Amino acid sequence: MDHITFLVAVVIVTALAFDFTNGFHDTANAMATSIATGALKPKTAVLIAGVLNIVGAFLSTEVAKTISGGIVDDTLVSPGMIFAGLVGAILWNLLTWLVGLPSSSSHALFGGLIGAVWVGAGADGVHFTKVVEKVLIPALASPLVAGIAALIATYFAYKLTARARKDSVTKGFRAGQIASASLVSLAHGTNDAQKTMGIITLTLISAGALGHDAGPPVWVIASAGLAIGLGTYLGGWRIIRTMGKGLTEIQSPQGFAAETASTAVILTSAHLGFALSTTQVASGSILGAGLGRRLAEVRWGVAGRMVMAWLITLPAAALVGGVSAGAVRYGGTFGTVVVALVAVAVAAGIVLAARRNPVHANNVNETHEVSIKATEPTSVGTAA
Amino acid sequence: MNLDWSALGQVAAVSLGVTVAVVVVFAVGVLGLARVEGARENDGGTHALGLAQAGLCFVACAAVVAYGIYLIVPQFH
Repeated sequence: MDHITFLVAVVIVTALAFDFTNGFHDTANAMATSIATGALKPKTAVLIAGVLNIVGAFLSTEVAKTISGGIVDDTLVSPGMIFAGLVGAILWNLLTWLVGLPSSSSHALFGGLIGAVWVGAGADGVHFTKVVEKVLIPALASPLVAGIAALIATYFAYKLTARARKDSVTKGFRAGQIASASLVSLAHGTNDAQKTMGIITLTLISAGALGHDAGPPVWVIASAGLAIGLGTYLGGWRIIRTMGKGLTEIQSPQGFAAETASTAVILTSAHLGFALSTTQVASGSILGAGLGRRLAEVRWGVAGRMVMAWLITLPAAALVGGVSAGAVRYGGTFGTVVVALVAVAVAAGIVLAARRNPVHANNVNETHEVSIKATEPTSVGTAA
Repeated sequence: MNLDWSALGQVAAVSLGVTVAVVVVFAVGVLGLARVEGARENDGGTHALGLAQAGLCFVACAAVVAYGIYLIVPQFH
């Protein structure tokens, strides 16, 4: 363990913090529709998701190896750059959580990393063709595939059960949702915990603590699994509200169809080693399910904002990552400390801003809007 | 750039097929269940066909779930 310097330790802590925001951000992917349809109580849903994320993290480590050996040049990457990239990813995750937008944690991570390596080591350190091949193409294709699958499946689900007893149908699909949502959570653990494991492994490789083609050690798997599980359990309720209520009003057959589509896409992709975004897959599924039920209202304004967030996630995180990497590169230890302090301050500011209009397990289904304006419970009708 | 289009196509085709198949089979199962519950409410009897239909469909879905878990866990391979 001689190789683990102070900076490496800071990177590992930051990576776990990112992993936490990742779980926090992505609880919605598996559970939003189950919570919205009442298939699971909010608290039960996040508990199941958290536990299955941890289990999933232990089950598969295939993707972690492809990320650390893929999109950036491992030999040029320093722990400082990884730190800078993670800062970009964390801040973007928190900001999108504040406004309740389900953006991709994976893209935030890749963006932050790309920006940091670009500034820190030059554009040569980034394998742009790999980025397109491993990240962008699956990111474009996967929500589309999931959406179409969910749309067709929803259509058939309603067509087949149109004349059956409504309460039996609702009850049946709710039960099915518990299974399908659990599978999404498990798949999420196997998929997303890998990303942090990949980053920590990449750090250890760059610090010389591990060989160039090493896989993640057990303690890395365990801590990454716990961080994502805890984040998932605490639940990003703001995003859960947007995905369960904001995009469209979800009924249990739609929820089942959406979750089945998400599971199918995530599992087949993970099996073939694509690092796709669970968030985009799940959002695509929900939109598809919304369109598949006739007369279901899809709020295109919300969907449009969400897609905008997807588009700017990678560059925005890259920008923050790049600026941070600049500070680390030219400011040395002082720069690193400044970046860390600024990041903590901004994160605290975002959390405080969210407090003004909190969304939690008890009010998640009350409305479909996530606002950052303060609620005024005492005053009934304000002028202006 | 060496984009693996066949892998991507595989993901799309398999996902689409599996999703629609599972949801349709599950819906048929739910239909069976609805028949059973309807019969129970109307005359207190059981609807044997509905029960068989529901059971068969749900077992099929459970098998897909089991296969999904098998795919997730590399230790099973």
